[in-house]
Amino acid sequence: MSERYSRQELFSPIGKDGQSKISRKHVLVIGAGALGTGSAEALVRAGVGKLTIVDRDYVEWSNLQRQQLYVEEDAKQRMPKTVAAEKRLRMINSEVDIQASVLDVSVEEIEQLIDEVDLIMDATDNFDIRMIINDISQKYQIPWIYGACVGSYGISHTILPGETPCLHCLLETVPMGGVTCDTAGIISPAVQMVVAYQTTEAMKLLVEDYHALRKKLVSFDLWKNHHTAIGVDKLKKEDCSSCGQSPTYPFLSFENRTKTAVLCGRDTVQIRPPERMNRDLEKLATILSEQGGRVSLNPYLLSFQIEKHRLVLFKDGRVLIHGTKDIAKAKTLYHRYLG
Amino acid sequence: MELIINGDKVEVPNKITTVSSLLQHFGINQKVVIVELNQSILEKGSHQETTISDRDKIEIVNFVGGG
Ligand SMILES: [Zn+2]
Repeated sequence: MSERYSRQELFSPIGKDGQSKISRKHVLVIGAGALGTGSAEALVRAGVGKLTIVDRDYVEWSNLQRQQLYVEEDAKQRMPKTVAAEKRLRMINSEVDIQASVLDVSVEEIEQLIDEVDLIMDATDNFDIRMIINDISQKYQIPWIYGACVGSYGISHTILPGETPCLHCLLETVPMGGVTCDTAGIISPAVQMVVAYQTTEAMKLLVEDYHALRKKLVSFDLWKNHHTAIGVDKLKKEDCSSCGQSPTYPFLSFENRTKTAVLCGRDTVQIRPPERMNRDLEKLATILSEQGGRVSLNPYLLSFQIEKHRLVLFKDGRVLIHGTKDIAKAKTLYHRYLG
Repeated sequence: MELIINGDKVEVPNKITTVSSLLQHFGINQKVVIVELNQSILEKGSHQETTISDRDKIEIVNFVGGG
Protein backbone atom coordinates (compact mmCIF):
# COMPACT_ATOMS: atom_id res chain seq x y z
CA MET A 1 0.00 0.00 0.00
CA SER A 2 2.91 2.36 -0.68
CA GLU A 3 0.76 4.47 -3.03
CA ARG A 4 -1.53 5.57 -0.26
CA TYR A 5 0.83 8.10 1.33
CA SER A 6 2.83 8.99 -1.78
CA ARG A 7 1.65 12.62 -1.95
CA GLN A 8 2.36 13.17 1.70
CA GLU A 9 5.82 11.62 1.34
CA LEU A 10 6.55 13.88 -1.63
CA PHE A 11 5.95 16.83 0.67
CA SER A 12 9.56 17.28 1.78
CA PRO A 13 9.06 18.33 5.43
CA ILE A 14 7.41 14.92 5.92
CA GLY A 15 9.11 12.60 3.43
CA LYS A 16 9.43 8.84 3.88
CA ASP A 17 11.08 9.29 7.27
CA GLY A 18 8.27 11.48 8.52
CA GLN A 19 5.66 9.07 7.23
CA SER A 20 7.32 6.24 9.07
CA LYS A 21 7.29 8.32 12.28
CA ILE A 22 3.61 9.15 11.81
CA SER A 23 2.84 5.45 11.44
CA ARG A 24 4.38 4.73 14.85
CA LYS A 25 2.52 7.44 16.77
CA HIS A 26 -0.58 7.27 18.93
CA VAL A 27 -2.97 10.21 19.09
CA LEU A 28 -5.81 10.60 21.58
CA VAL A 29 -8.73 12.70 20.28
CA ILE A 30 -10.99 13.86 23.09
CA GLY A 31 -14.43 14.62 21.70
CA ALA A 32 -16.11 13.42 18.52
CA GLY A 33 -18.12 16.48 17.60
CA ALA A 34 -17.22 18.92 14.86
CA LEU A 35 -13.54 19.32 15.71
CA GLY A 36 -13.07 15.69 16.74
CA THR A 37 -14.50 14.19 13.56
CA GLY A 38 -12.42 16.62 11.49
CA SER A 39 -9.17 15.88 13.32
CA ALA A 40 -9.77 12.15 13.46
CA GLU A 41 -10.47 11.93 9.74
CA ALA A 42 -7.38 13.98 8.83
CA LEU A 43 -5.09 11.94 11.09
CA VAL A 44 -6.49 8.58 9.99
CA ARG A 45 -6.09 9.56 6.32
CA ALA A 46 -2.56 10.72 7.12
CA GLY A 47 -1.75 7.24 8.41
CA VAL A 48 -1.25 7.73 12.15
CA GLY A 49 -0.37 4.41 13.80
CA LYS A 50 -3.09 4.42 16.41
CA LEU A 51 -5.99 6.74 17.09
CA THR A 52 -8.10 6.68 20.21
CA ILE A 53 -11.30 8.70 20.17
CA VAL A 54 -13.75 9.18 23.02
CA ASP A 55 -17.05 11.01 23.35
CA ARG A 56 -20.08 10.89 25.64
CA ASP A 57 -22.75 11.91 23.18
CA TYR A 58 -24.86 10.45 20.37
CA VAL A 59 -25.55 11.72 16.85
CA GLU A 60 -28.41 14.16 16.31
CA TRP A 61 -29.75 15.80 13.18
CA SER A 62 -28.29 19.17 14.13
CA ASN A 63 -24.80 17.61 14.01
CA LEU A 64 -24.89 16.67 10.33
CA GLN A 65 -24.26 20.22 9.08
CA ARG A 66 -20.65 20.12 10.32
CA GLN A 67 -19.67 16.80 11.93
CA GLN A 68 -18.11 15.19 8.93
CA LEU A 69 -18.05 11.50 9.85
CA TYR A 70 -21.80 11.16 10.39
CA VAL A 71 -24.65 10.36 8.03
CA GLU A 72 -28.45 10.52 8.29
CA GLU A 73 -28.75 6.92 9.41
CA ASP A 74 -26.58 7.68 12.47
CA ALA A 75 -28.93 10.48 13.50
CA LYS A 76 -32.03 8.35 12.88
CA GLN A 77 -30.67 5.59 15.09
CA ARG A 78 -29.16 7.96 17.66
CA MET A 79 -25.86 6.14 17.33
CA PRO A 80 -23.24 7.00 19.92
CA LYS A 81 -20.82 9.32 18.16
CA THR A 82 -17.74 7.20 18.63
CA VAL A 83 -19.52 4.06 17.38
CA ALA A 84 -20.51 5.86 14.18
CA ALA A 85 -17.10 7.54 13.90
CA GLU A 86 -15.20 4.29 14.32
CA LYS A 87 -17.21 2.61 11.58
CA ARG A 88 -16.53 5.42 9.13
CA LEU A 89 -12.85 5.77 10.09
CA ARG A 90 -12.25 2.05 9.48
CA MET A 91 -13.76 2.41 6.03
CA ILE A 92 -11.40 5.33 5.34
CA ASN A 93 -8.22 3.58 6.46
CA SER A 94 -8.20 -0.01 7.65
CA GLU A 95 -4.44 0.17 8.38
CA VAL A 96 -4.94 2.40 11.41
CA ASP A 97 -5.52 0.91 14.84
CA ILE A 98 -8.69 2.73 15.86
CA GLN A 99 -9.93 2.56 19.43
CA ALA A 100 -13.26 4.24 20.05
CA SER A 101 -15.28 4.35 23.23
CA VAL A 102 -18.51 5.85 24.44
CA LEU A 103 -17.16 7.56 27.49
CA ASP A 104 -17.59 10.74 29.45
CA VAL A 105 -13.98 11.46 30.25
CA SER A 106 -12.77 12.96 33.44
CA VAL A 107 -9.47 12.53 35.29
CA GLU A 108 -9.48 8.73 35.84
CA GLU A 109 -10.65 7.95 32.32
CA ILE A 110 -7.98 10.10 30.69
CA GLU A 111 -5.30 8.70 32.97
CA GLN A 112 -6.33 5.21 31.83
CA LEU A 113 -6.25 6.23 28.17
CA ILE A 114 -2.97 8.13 28.30
CA ASP A 115 -0.56 5.18 28.27
CA GLU A 116 1.81 5.44 25.25
CA VAL A 117 -0.08 8.42 23.82
CA ASP A 118 2.17 10.86 21.91
CA LEU A 119 -0.30 13.70 21.47
CA ILE A 120 -3.71 14.81 22.73
CA MET A 121 -6.08 16.62 20.38
CA ASP A 122 -8.64 18.83 22.07
CA ALA A 123 -12.04 18.52 20.47
CA THR A 124 -14.06 19.19 23.59
CA ASP A 125 -16.68 21.85 24.16
CA ASN A 126 -15.94 23.20 27.62
CA PHE A 127 -13.12 24.55 29.77
CA ASP A 128 -13.64 22.18 32.71
CA ILE A 129 -12.37 19.29 30.66
CA ARG A 130 -9.70 21.39 28.93
CA MET A 131 -8.17 22.33 32.27
CA ILE A 132 -8.06 18.63 33.17
CA ILE A 133 -6.40 17.83 29.83
CA ASN A 134 -3.97 20.68 30.48
CA ASP A 135 -2.95 19.26 33.87
CA ILE A 136 -2.67 15.70 32.50
CA SER A 137 -0.49 17.02 29.69
CA GLN A 138 1.87 18.62 32.21
CA LYS A 139 1.88 15.69 34.60
CA TYR A 140 2.66 13.10 31.91
CA GLN A 141 4.64 15.47 29.64
CA ILE A 142 2.43 14.91 26.60
CA PRO A 143 1.76 17.81 24.21
CA TRP A 144 -1.81 18.84 23.48
CA ILE A 145 -3.44 21.16 20.97
CA TYR A 146 -6.25 23.44 22.11
CA GLY A 147 -8.88 24.27 19.51
CA ALA A 148 -12.30 25.90 19.73
CA CYS A 149 -14.78 27.71 17.58
CA VAL A 150 -18.10 29.52 17.66
CA GLY A 151 -19.95 31.36 14.88
CA SER A 152 -17.31 32.18 12.27
CA TYR A 153 -14.60 32.56 14.92
CA GLY A 154 -11.91 30.08 15.91
CA ILE A 155 -8.82 29.83 18.07
CA SER A 156 -5.95 27.38 18.56
CA HIS A 157 -2.82 27.05 20.68
CA THR A 158 -0.25 24.28 20.88
CA ILE A 159 0.93 23.40 24.37
CA LEU A 160 4.32 21.74 24.71
CA PRO A 161 5.16 20.87 28.33
CA GLY A 162 8.38 22.54 29.41
CA GLU A 163 8.34 24.91 26.43
CA THR A 164 5.20 26.95 25.92
CA PRO A 165 2.87 28.58 28.42
CA CYS A 166 0.06 26.19 29.32
CA LEU A 167 -3.66 26.94 29.09
CA HIS A 168 -3.73 27.73 32.80
CA CYS A 169 -1.02 30.40 32.26
CA LEU A 170 -3.09 31.96 29.49
CA LEU A 171 -6.50 31.84 31.13
CA GLU A 172 -5.59 32.28 34.81
CA THR A 173 -9.17 31.36 35.71
CA VAL A 174 -11.63 29.01 34.06
CA PRO A 175 -14.06 30.94 31.86
CA MET A 176 -17.64 30.52 32.97
CA GLY A 177 -21.04 30.69 31.33
CA GLY A 178 -21.36 32.49 28.03
CA VAL A 179 -17.86 31.84 26.83
CA THR A 180 -18.20 28.09 27.26
CA CYS A 181 -21.74 27.68 26.12
CA ASP A 182 -22.50 29.95 23.27
CA THR A 183 -25.74 30.01 21.39
CA ALA A 184 -24.30 31.98 18.48
CA GLY A 185 -24.33 28.95 16.19
CA ILE A 186 -21.43 27.75 14.10
CA ILE A 187 -20.54 27.50 10.42
CA SER A 188 -18.55 24.54 9.20
CA PRO A 189 -15.70 26.51 7.56
CA ALA A 190 -14.82 27.87 11.02
CA VAL A 191 -14.60 24.27 12.23
CA GLN A 192 -12.49 23.28 9.23
CA MET A 193 -10.12 26.17 9.77
CA VAL A 194 -9.50 25.19 13.40
CA VAL A 195 -9.09 21.56 12.32
CA ALA A 196 -6.56 22.69 9.70
CA TYR A 197 -4.54 24.58 12.33
CA GLN A 198 -4.74 21.73 14.84
CA THR A 199 -3.92 18.89 12.47
CA THR A 200 -1.04 20.73 10.79
CA GLU A 201 0.55 21.33 14.18
CA ALA A 202 -0.17 17.68 14.99
CA MET A 203 1.68 16.52 11.88
CA LYS A 204 4.69 18.69 12.78
CA LEU A 205 4.76 17.10 16.23
CA LEU A 206 4.30 13.58 14.89
CA VAL A 207 7.21 13.95 12.45
CA GLU A 208 9.19 15.71 15.22
CA ASP A 209 9.73 18.87 13.18
CA TYR A 210 9.62 21.09 16.26
CA HIS A 211 11.18 24.11 14.52
CA ALA A 212 8.19 24.30 12.23
CA LEU A 213 5.67 24.72 15.07
CA ARG A 214 3.68 27.96 14.91
CA LYS A 215 4.70 29.12 18.40
CA LYS A 216 1.85 31.63 18.44
CA LEU A 217 -1.71 31.76 19.68
CA VAL A 218 -3.81 32.01 16.54
CA SER A 219 -7.37 33.26 16.13
CA PHE A 220 -9.51 34.26 13.18
CA ASP A 221 -12.97 35.36 12.18
CA LEU A 222 -13.77 34.12 8.69
CA TRP A 223 -16.89 36.26 8.33
CA LYS A 224 -15.24 39.46 9.53
CA ASN A 225 -12.02 38.67 7.62
CA HIS A 226 -9.80 38.90 10.69
CA HIS A 227 -6.70 36.93 11.42
CA THR A 228 -4.45 37.31 14.46
CA ALA A 229 -1.36 35.42 15.61
CA ILE A 230 0.35 36.60 18.77
CA GLY A 231 3.38 35.35 20.63
CA VAL A 232 2.40 34.45 24.19
CA ASP A 233 5.71 33.13 25.58
CA LYS A 234 5.89 36.06 27.99
CA LEU A 235 2.72 34.78 29.67
CA LYS A 236 4.39 31.57 30.87
CA LYS A 237 4.35 31.78 34.65
CA GLU A 238 7.09 30.32 36.82
CA ASP A 239 4.59 29.90 39.64
CA CYS A 240 1.80 28.38 37.51
CA SER A 241 0.27 25.54 39.54
CA SER A 242 -0.08 23.45 36.36
CA CYS A 243 3.23 24.01 34.53
CA GLY A 244 5.42 26.02 36.93
CA GLN A 245 8.35 25.10 39.19
CA SER A 246 6.32 23.14 41.73
CA PRO A 247 3.12 22.06 40.07
CA THR A 248 0.15 20.75 42.08
CA TYR A 249 -2.10 19.99 39.06
CA PRO A 250 -5.13 21.59 40.74
CA PHE A 251 -7.62 20.39 38.12
CA LEU A 252 -6.84 16.74 38.82
CA SER A 253 -8.07 17.02 42.39
CA PHE A 254 -11.59 15.99 43.21
CA GLU A 255 -12.96 19.34 44.40
CA ASN A 256 -12.50 21.01 41.04
CA ARG A 257 -14.62 18.56 39.11
CA THR A 258 -18.17 18.93 37.92
CA LYS A 259 -20.64 16.12 38.08
CA THR A 260 -23.37 17.99 36.29
CA ALA A 261 -22.82 20.03 33.15
CA VAL A 262 -24.97 22.16 30.89
CA LEU A 263 -24.13 21.06 27.35
CA CYS A 264 -23.02 23.68 24.88
CA GLY A 265 -25.94 25.49 23.23
CA ARG A 266 -28.22 22.49 23.53
CA ASP A 267 -30.76 23.11 26.25
CA THR A 268 -29.47 19.94 27.86
CA VAL A 269 -28.02 19.00 31.23
CA GLN A 270 -25.80 15.98 31.76
CA ILE A 271 -25.85 14.20 35.09
CA ARG A 272 -23.03 11.83 35.80
CA PRO A 273 -23.29 9.52 38.80
CA PRO A 274 -20.19 9.56 41.02
CA GLU A 275 -19.43 5.92 40.24
CA ARG A 276 -19.47 4.24 36.87
CA MET A 277 -22.50 1.96 36.54
CA ASN A 278 -23.67 -0.76 34.23
CA ARG A 279 -27.32 0.11 33.75
CA ASP A 280 -29.70 -2.63 32.64
CA LEU A 281 -31.35 -0.60 29.90
CA GLU A 282 -33.94 -3.21 28.98
CA LYS A 283 -35.19 -3.49 32.52
CA LEU A 284 -35.31 0.30 32.80
CA ALA A 285 -37.23 0.48 29.52
CA THR A 286 -39.94 -1.70 31.03
CA ILE A 287 -40.10 0.33 34.22
CA LEU A 288 -40.14 3.68 32.44
CA SER A 289 -42.79 2.71 29.90
CA GLU A 290 -45.12 2.22 32.86
CA GLN A 291 -44.60 5.89 33.78
CA GLY A 292 -46.59 7.05 30.78
CA GLY A 293 -43.78 8.41 28.65
CA ARG A 294 -42.50 7.21 25.29
CA VAL A 295 -39.54 4.85 25.44
CA SER A 296 -37.14 3.81 22.69
CA LEU A 297 -34.08 1.65 23.01
CA ASN A 298 -30.95 0.82 21.03
CA PRO A 299 -28.00 -1.30 22.22
CA TYR A 300 -26.21 1.74 23.65
CA LEU A 301 -28.86 4.01 25.07
CA LEU A 302 -32.43 4.43 26.13
CA SER A 303 -34.51 7.46 25.27
CA PHE A 304 -37.50 8.39 27.43
CA GLN A 305 -39.81 11.25 26.37
CA ILE A 306 -42.04 12.60 29.09
CA GLU A 307 -44.01 15.82 28.48
CA LYS A 308 -41.55 18.38 27.17
CA HIS A 309 -38.44 16.66 28.49
CA ARG A 310 -36.45 13.83 27.08
CA LEU A 311 -34.14 11.71 29.22
CA VAL A 312 -31.41 9.78 27.47
CA LEU A 313 -29.77 7.08 29.58
CA PHE A 314 -26.40 5.53 28.81
CA LYS A 315 -25.14 2.15 29.98
CA ASP A 316 -22.35 3.77 32.03
CA GLY A 317 -24.91 5.55 34.19
CA ARG A 318 -24.92 8.98 32.61
CA VAL A 319 -28.17 10.70 31.80
CA LEU A 320 -28.77 13.58 29.42
CA ILE A 321 -31.82 15.66 30.23
CA HIS A 322 -33.02 17.55 27.17
CA GLY A 323 -35.41 20.46 27.35
CA THR A 324 -33.83 22.34 30.23
CA LYS A 325 -30.72 24.34 31.04
CA ASP A 326 -31.58 24.37 34.71
CA ILE A 327 -29.40 21.95 36.67
CA ALA A 328 -31.82 21.82 39.62
CA LYS A 329 -34.76 21.03 37.36
CA ALA A 330 -32.69 18.36 35.63
CA LYS A 331 -31.79 16.79 38.97
CA THR A 332 -35.46 16.74 39.95
CA LEU A 333 -36.37 14.84 36.78
CA TYR A 334 -33.41 12.50 37.24
CA HIS A 335 -34.41 11.58 40.76
CA ARG A 336 -38.11 11.40 39.90
CA TYR A 337 -37.63 8.71 37.27
CA LEU A 338 -34.38 7.04 38.27
CA GLY A 339 -34.50 7.19 42.04
CA MET B 1 -9.43 58.50 18.52
CA GLU B 2 -8.64 55.95 15.84
CA LEU B 3 -7.30 52.52 16.75
CA ILE B 4 -6.35 49.57 14.60
CA ILE B 5 -8.02 46.58 16.18
CA ASN B 6 -7.44 43.12 14.70
CA GLY B 7 -6.41 44.85 11.48
CA ASP B 8 -9.46 47.11 11.15
CA LYS B 9 -9.56 50.87 11.70
CA VAL B 10 -11.99 51.57 14.52
CA GLU B 11 -13.14 54.95 15.90
CA VAL B 12 -13.57 55.00 19.67
CA PRO B 13 -14.57 57.88 21.97
CA ASN B 14 -11.64 59.88 23.37
CA LYS B 15 -12.72 59.19 26.93
CA ILE B 16 -11.42 55.64 26.48
CA THR B 17 -7.90 55.82 27.83
CA THR B 18 -6.99 52.35 29.09
CA VAL B 19 -7.12 48.78 27.82
CA SER B 20 -9.72 47.94 30.48
CA SER B 21 -12.03 50.75 29.40
CA LEU B 22 -11.61 49.65 25.78
CA LEU B 23 -12.67 46.09 26.63
CA GLN B 24 -15.59 47.52 28.56
CA HIS B 25 -16.53 49.68 25.56
CA PHE B 26 -16.79 46.55 23.41
CA GLY B 27 -18.68 44.69 26.13
CA ILE B 28 -16.00 42.01 26.40
CA ASN B 29 -14.56 42.92 29.80
CA GLN B 30 -16.24 39.82 31.29
CA LYS B 31 -14.72 37.51 28.72
CA VAL B 32 -11.32 35.89 28.86
CA VAL B 33 -9.15 37.75 26.40
CA ILE B 34 -5.48 38.22 25.65
CA VAL B 35 -4.50 41.67 24.42
CA GLU B 36 -1.47 42.68 22.40
CA LEU B 37 -0.67 46.39 22.18
CA ASN B 38 1.71 47.53 19.44
CA GLN B 39 3.07 43.99 19.20
CA SER B 40 3.78 43.60 22.86
CA ILE B 41 1.65 41.23 24.85
CA LEU B 42 0.00 42.50 28.02
CA GLU B 43 -0.21 40.73 31.35
CA LYS B 44 -3.84 40.43 32.48
CA GLY B 45 -3.15 42.41 35.61
CA SER B 46 -1.90 45.38 33.61
CA HIS B 47 -5.04 46.09 31.55
CA GLN B 48 -6.21 48.67 34.07
CA GLU B 49 -3.09 50.82 34.02
CA THR B 50 -2.07 50.38 30.38
CA THR B 51 -3.01 53.52 28.47
CA ILE B 52 -3.87 53.61 24.81
CA SER B 53 -3.54 56.41 22.33
CA ASP B 54 -4.42 57.38 18.78
CA ARG B 55 -3.21 54.99 16.04
CA ASP B 56 -2.30 52.21 18.47
CA LYS B 57 -2.36 48.72 16.98
CA ILE B 58 -4.30 46.34 19.19
CA GLU B 59 -4.95 42.63 18.79
CA ILE B 60 -7.63 41.05 20.94
CA VAL B 61 -7.93 37.27 21.18
CA ASN B 62 -11.06 35.91 22.80
CA PHE B 63 -11.05 32.43 24.34
CA VAL B 64 -14.09 30.43 23.33
CA GLY B 65 -15.14 26.95 24.37
CA GLY B 66 -17.18 25.43 21.55
CA GLY B 67 -15.95 22.58 19.46
ZN1 LIG C 1 1.05 27.15 33.10
